[in-house]
Amino acid sequence: MQEIVQGVPLQHYIWLSAILFSIGVMGVLYRRNAIIIFMCVELMLNAVNLMLVAFSRYHSGTTGSSAQVFVFFIMAVAAAEVAVGLAILMMVYRNTKSTDIDFLNRLKF
Amino acid sequence: MLTQYAFYFLSILAIFSALMVVFSRNPVHSVLYLVVTFFSIAGHYFLMNSQFLAMVHIIVYAGAIMVLFLYVIMMLNLNTDTEPNKSNWVKGAAVVTGGLMMLILVVSTKSADQLPIQKALNPNIGLISNLGKVLYNEYMLPFEVSSILFLVSMVGAVMLGKKETY
Repeated sequence: MQEIVQGVPLQHYIWLSAILFSIGVMGVLYRRNAIIIFMCVELMLNAVNLMLVAFSRYHSGTTGSSAQVFVFFIMAVAAAEVAVGLAILMMVYRNTKSTDIDFLNRLKF
Repeated sequence: MLTQYAFYFLSILAIFSALMVVFSRNPVHSVLYLVVTFFSIAGHYFLMNSQFLAMVHIIVYAGAIMVLFLYVIMMLNLNTDTEPNKSNWVKGAAVVTGGLMMLILVVSTKSADQLPIQKALNPNIGLISNLGKVLYNEYMLPFEVSSILFLVSMVGAVMLGKKETY
């Protein structure tokens, strides 16, 4: 049922979110700078948010606002995560003078 | 028709700037491209009639989180492209993994448009007055718990950022 709401089919929103999420995954694997990896994680969170809002726009039930509240909570958790993560990164930089993740492989052993 | 053009313009802008986040050498440029991505995603929220989320998205992401990133990059003096490259094998593996991930996501959500489309009864559901009622009636407990989360993260950030004196 390829009905069109407001001109754009839902499948295009799914493609856009999938592409953004995959770019985030690719960036996490591609770069070595921990800050860029962090930014790619933010990109993945945003792709998921976009998908949630798109589904709530097209398949909302009687109320239709739960997904937007969920996105609001995801934004709150992302803000808290960024604060703690950047504090950890500052600590790592203070101890090793680098944000290269290949120097941080001491946790492996 | 106008919304279609706006959708495709914003999508191309978002994908291009997301790719530039990954591929640009200077971390400051990455942050600025990520701000462009966030603005285009906020434009998508406006197109989907959720105005409150769009405003919160701009304020929280472009206003708070990206400024925090820029602040850390400039404080650590990382705004030069001194990052050594990964080997070409790892880069190729990363690109292939991203492509496979996209393929899996697209194929596994292929049947999503077979569901009957159910638009919301209230078209103004994305406004702050309606969302506020939902937030304070049905989601009261998670809202309060998120304030505890913020308190914990603030204490954690201060503790981590403190100089070790012992």
